[in-house]
Amino acid sequence: MPSSRINDLVIRFANVNGTGSASANGLFAKAIFRMGIPVSPKNIFPSNIQGLPTWYEVRVNEKGYLARKDGIDVLVGVNPQTLRRDIDSISSGGYFVYDSSKKLHEEYYRDDVTMLGIPMMKISMDHYEVPRHQQLFKNIIYLGAIAALLDVELEVIKELIAEQFATKEKLIPPNYKALDLGYEYAQNSFECPLKVRVERRDLIGDKILIEGNEATALGTIYGGATVLTWYPITPSTSIAKAFESYAKKFRIDSATGKNKFAIVQAEDELAAIGMVLGGTWNGARSFTATSGAGISLMNEFIGYAYYAEVPCFLINVQRGGPSTGMPTRTQQGDVLFCAYASHGDTRHILLFPSTPTECFEMGALGLDLADRFQTVVFMMSDLDLGMNEHLTEPLHWDKNRKYDRGKVLSAKDFEDPDLEWARYLDVDGDGITYRTIPATHPTKGSYFTRGSSHNEYARYSESGEDYVRLVDRIARKIDTAKKHVPGAELYQKISSSPLGMIFYGTTTYAAIEAMDIFESNGIAIDSMRIRGFPFDEDVVKFIQEHETVFVVEQNKDGQMRTLLINELEINPAVLVPILNYNGYPISAYNINTQIDQHLSINNLMKEVL
Amino acid sequence: MSFHKPTFAHPELPINKVGYRKKDYEGVISTLCAGCGHDSISASIVQACYEIDLEPHKLAKMSGIGCSSKTPAYFLSNSHGFNSVHGRMPSVTTGANLANKDLTYLGVSGDGDSASIGMGQFVHVARRNLNMTYILMNNGCYGLTKGQDSATADLGSISKSGSENPFQGIDLVGLALELGASFVARSFSGDKSQLVPLIKAALAHPGFAFIDVISPCVTFNNNKGSTKSYDYVRQHIEATSEFDFVPKEQPIKVEYSEGTGKSVTLFDGSTIYLDKLSNNWDPTDRYSAINRIQEGKKKGEIVTGLLYINPESQELHKLLNTVDTPLNKLTEKDLYPGDGILDRINDTFR
Repeated sequence: MPSSRINDLVIRFANVNGTGSASANGLFAKAIFRMGIPVSPKNIFPSNIQGLPTWYEVRVNEKGYLARKDGIDVLVGVNPQTLRRDIDSISSGGYFVYDSSKKLHEEYYRDDVTMLGIPMMKISMDHYEVPRHQQLFKNIIYLGAIAALLDVELEVIKELIAEQFATKEKLIPPNYKALDLGYEYAQNSFECPLKVRVERRDLIGDKILIEGNEATALGTIYGGATVLTWYPITPSTSIAKAFESYAKKFRIDSATGKNKFAIVQAEDELAAIGMVLGGTWNGARSFTATSGAGISLMNEFIGYAYYAEVPCFLINVQRGGPSTGMPTRTQQGDVLFCAYASHGDTRHILLFPSTPTECFEMGALGLDLADRFQTVVFMMSDLDLGMNEHLTEPLHWDKNRKYDRGKVLSAKDFEDPDLEWARYLDVDGDGITYRTIPATHPTKGSYFTRGSSHNEYARYSESGEDYVRLVDRIARKIDTAKKHVPGAELYQKISSSPLGMIFYGTTTYAAIEAMDIFESNGIAIDSMRIRGFPFDEDVVKFIQEHETVFVVEQNKDGQMRTLLINELEINPAVLVPILNYNGYPISAYNINTQIDQHLSINNLMKEVL
Repeated sequence: MSFHKPTFAHPELPINKVGYRKKDYEGVISTLCAGCGHDSISASIVQACYEIDLEPHKLAKMSGIGCSSKTPAYFLSNSHGFNSVHGRMPSVTTGANLANKDLTYLGVSGDGDSASIGMGQFVHVARRNLNMTYILMNNGCYGLTKGQDSATADLGSISKSGSENPFQGIDLVGLALELGASFVARSFSGDKSQLVPLIKAALAHPGFAFIDVISPCVTFNNNKGSTKSYDYVRQHIEATSEFDFVPKEQPIKVEYSEGTGKSVTLFDGSTIYLDKLSNNWDPTDRYSAINRIQEGKKKGEIVTGLLYINPESQELHKLLNTVDTPLNKLTEKDLYPGDGILDRINDTFR
């Protein structure tokens, strides 16, 4: 018999994409959120518009663990293409909720899984006439049944439906009807609720449930971006979409109705980044959002921006690479690539958000840093963070905050007779030089921006000395950025264990859970989350304080580990890679298993020796 | 290296309406080969900017890679310049223009830069009708890498090494017309009297103004059998019309015999005058322009002059409905969504 569990479950909806299931599934996750219970939904979708399998996995956990979890307690299987796989994926003792309009083949039955057949399509056809409606309401019918089975408050779902259709009120009653039909069928046919169920709590506080890309777009809006140039690519496209929708709400001049922004869908990523450079060179905050394949195309301009020192903020919502790779799966696979993108010696500022709240903050910060350091800044989001809703702190903006436009000279500055200006002359000793925006002054401040070697006066130069002075100064400038990128987050006041764990971005969710599991098993592991590159002193110190440091990340080659070894000259033996690169968000179980394995092998070695 | 010209100027040199001498529109000394057509184009740019009373700092010089793209150093030293990467000048200019609609954008490119790697960006900047002047310094070869054929080299044209080009040449004028570019012209670097007014009109045109300037490469493509040599171009050039550009508020000086000419009034009140229109060609009719070029091609003529202009041109900012203030002038005050807005946004995610 399944053991009884409240507010600790994983439910997976197996659907066919393009059938309207996303809306019903989203309602489920939102209802859990409204019931005050921490929830974490993840879309596992195909690179396709209609007809292929898609899954929506929701973890409900009142302790607040929001990483993807291995093992499925309840599976709602309405995709005949994947029935076998779906049934096999259920944990022993779990439940399979399926459409019994057609009889389920005997061979699909599992003794250790409770099979709950609901004639979803039949009920829908009995009550709705239009075929498209029959399909859509079937989704709401299973949602109603799940509400009964898991004890989700029906009123909460109804409230959400009413909000969703606030402007199309006539759609509310048929949706309510479908919901009730499913609910009643389950109530009448099964013992409801199941042993695995939910129960109202008050654990959400003022948190919000938002996708990282949505928050990123808001960050760039608040950060003062006025030019967005982009090219469609999963999983970054929704940033452009959200930017446009917020700009249309908050960036229209009330007197004229004209736009205080410009968005251009470029012909490709080569053009998208070229436009960003033109925009920032000319003094407007500009940015683009893309994914790894787009960054590959942008490399030439990335080197240009680094060398000619043109501010450039790039948002990389990482997906599985290389090449087209796994376009709808998540990965942290572009870390090394972005740190040193383009030919020649380059090094770029990286920001690693792990929550939508940080996407918002870094979306604005990235624009500041690009202007401050007149260089390329990457925000390294990923598909999991960008395209899934996450429970996160509300977004906050200090209304008195000013944009940091960096060292930009005005016409007034040029009136100072003592001003000795040259575009690439380092007068402050921090490697950052003063720039001018075109048309600043009629006779002073113009210069020629070029990707070829140049001297302090921005003039073409083939002198080796000029070249060395320039690249060394730029390197010094990027070093200065160490103190300005978000610092590492430490999860303990002082290091107390010989074991350490480093992680970043979305790996954080599973890493924190893994850390707690170890602790409950009596193994203490100190932890640190990296939030920016170049690395600050805390990162060095943390590694030095531990005998072994596990570097947990979602790529095959242990890219952050390599970056740490290369940048900080760490002994590779100290850094143990803990990796997950199958495209699904990493789980705590995965981390625990790999670290356990490492520890037991090491113990064994010690015994042998 | 760059070599600067002496800044001394005779005090009695004429000054234009905005207070600049012609010298103020010059750049550093050119390092191109002596006799290069590109230097003549630079001189025409200097002349045109001086004559239309453009304040140098209110123009941005944009270029890609190649001999042509080096030229922005040789004119308008008081303007900011952006020497970008190969074939990508149009995108950088697009971004710059989005940031500040009040400047004049002069893009310079070559046939290697525009007709090969830059073809995609050329096509898209034309269809977006970005407000810029795009001067193509067209010599049919790659000068900086020692004379390889470019994509605009004509079929059958013979290179310096004696080989015959077996491929079709791309005609960017024909392509620009096809794409709906709102100002299309062709000229010859050796014909300053035609080129200067064309550049003036292009700079004044609110939209994408393309001038294909045949500009012989004296070093690698000025041999017998080349269709882009000085001799060949002089022998085959066929001007569609005498041409003059009159900025607004300037008295009309040109006179044309009745019935043969045409005047086109631009958005800002400037006027373009064309003489000697043929019966079957009208510069405001795209299709007749396409026909005229095809006819010329059949006859072996290099048709020059203003080929097409759309007096109703709607440039990109109009299409994007951006505010009158340049975007790069907007501050926190203009851009902050307002108190309480973020709280309301947070609420939509609860």
